[in-house]
Amino acid sequence: MPTFEPTLLARVGKPDSASLETYLRDGGYEGFKKALAMPPVDVINLVKDSGLRGRGGAGFPTGLKWTFLPKDHAGPIYLAINADESEPATFNNRILMEEDPHQILEGIAISCFAIKSNKAYIYLRYEYGRSYRVLQKAVDECYAKGLFGKNIHGTGFDLDVVLHRGAAAYICGEETGLIESLEGKRAWPRIKPPFPAIEGLFRKPTIVNNIETMACVKQILDRGSAWFKSLGVPPDPNNPRDAGSYGPKLYCISGHVNKPGCVELPMGITTRELIDKHAGGVWKGRKAKAVVPGGISMGFLSAEELDLPLDFNGPGKAGCLGLGTAAITVIDDETSMVDVLFNCARFFAHESCGQCTPCREGTAWMHKILARIRMGEGQLRDLDLLVEVASSMGIIPGTTICGLSDGAAWPIKNAIKKFRGEFEEYIRTGRKTVKPSDALMEVH
Amino acid sequence: MGVLSEELRDQIRAQFPKYPNKRAVVLPALHLVQDAQRSVSIEAVREIAELLELHPSEVHDTMSFYQFFKDEKHKLGKHRVWVCRSISCMLRGGEELLQHMCEKLHVHPGQTSADGKITMEFAECLGACEGAPCILVDDEAHMNITPEKADALLKSL
Repeated sequence: MPTFEPTLLARVGKPDSASLETYLRDGGYEGFKKALAMPPVDVINLVKDSGLRGRGGAGFPTGLKWTFLPKDHAGPIYLAINADESEPATFNNRILMEEDPHQILEGIAISCFAIKSNKAYIYLRYEYGRSYRVLQKAVDECYAKGLFGKNIHGTGFDLDVVLHRGAAAYICGEETGLIESLEGKRAWPRIKPPFPAIEGLFRKPTIVNNIETMACVKQILDRGSAWFKSLGVPPDPNNPRDAGSYGPKLYCISGHVNKPGCVELPMGITTRELIDKHAGGVWKGRKAKAVVPGGISMGFLSAEELDLPLDFNGPGKAGCLGLGTAAITVIDDETSMVDVLFNCARFFAHESCGQCTPCREGTAWMHKILARIRMGEGQLRDLDLLVEVASSMGIIPGTTICGLSDGAAWPIKNAIKKFRGEFEEYIRTGRKTVKPSDALMEVH
Repeated sequence: MGVLSEELRDQIRAQFPKYPNKRAVVLPALHLVQDAQRSVSIEAVREIAELLELHPSEVHDTMSFYQFFKDEKHKLGKHRVWVCRSISCMLRGGEELLQHMCEKLHVHPGQTSADGKITMEFAECLGACEGAPCILVDDEAHMNITPEKADALLKSL
């Protein structure tokens, strides 16, 4: 089998990789030129044929999403790029934006052409200051070079790209929360339907795509859909709902490993390979107790489940919510799962937008129960209570508008199922791992 | 003449052509005002609303959702320093780092040092997890921060 060559990260780390000059020298914007010479529908079909699934976390087929736009709409149609990457442990988009912004912008230009949109908004989380400056410079370069603006390359195609900075709120990464925030309102997710493709930004048809997805689109134009499909894993024949996991993927790995970082690998790599071969193994010669497979909302893999492949289907087989953002966090065997779960619960309690009662109350309640356990004041029945609260929240029981509450409930249910013995032991022995810094975390 | 300078007003107006309506300029306008004045006062909210042809309550409604924006009672210091407390940072000492920095400056998260220089805050994931524990100074990330590095950074501000 030929060795895998990174494509999305091929230019990362090279001198001056963010400039238009080096990008053009490396064959940049040729894919965009190729697209401009095609009928837009052919570009959509190419992306459809590649089997590309959105890299933002949900894994919806990108080309299919594009076909949901109304036919022959008078416009405007918008492309909103979700660069609000806020799922804890996720940082793959940041690497792309800081190191190779033109790859993203070319993907955006191709996608806009395909969906007949003349305006793209990049909704960028505020914390990514460096990404903002690098991307803004890249956008300016494109306007100066005639790659964006009016009548690009004399084809009659116009394109404007606007960078829009968020204000440090996780919920802005939910696609309709993002739309509301971009419109100047509180980021309260909208009830669907109508889906954004029918009525989205400024009440017009809108496609919301992720940064890494845009890089994939660019590579598909350059290398073809067959190349993309040759990487990764085909659909599971036993799962009629699996659409396969094709193409290269950015895995970011952090936590208790010797070499944290972002690596590009074909879909289907196992967690164990990723940790041992690409992240230098677990730190301090310890063993992994648990691994978060794709951002904390996905749940946990136990030490026995590290040989499952990290494709869209794999983590689900171990009771996780899915692959999510492919952000792997390794937790060593000297860390208390009570502390880890408390950290997750605190995050969701802080970031719930408060619009739906089960999420607003449920996330706060789970946080409180875990805080109580961590204070050494938990009771065994608290574990059942946690599971009960978690089971009453989310889209799956149909009690909330968006998926944040599912993301908050999943790690709770999943951790208590897999590590119940440890939780019980903690409570029974009256253990207490609360830190002095916890007292500081109350907002003053 | 209100609390927003003519220059600031022009910067806000310069955002209008980017969007099909003025309401979409609420976040960019709040950023511009907070960057310049270290908070967004009620009077500034009124003046932003007038520029964007909105009711002040509409601007305030948006602003109050994002804890990022501070009113005049919680004015930011010259620099804003965020310490990440999210999972990857927590596993590598982020919470202890926050405690160290708060003790150094004699503040709680959300408060500003007595000399008005630094506002300390905790962050929910800064997206720099490969360099945990990480901190954000204004909007520039610093990675693999030890208490010693943090002291040097605070000193340099």
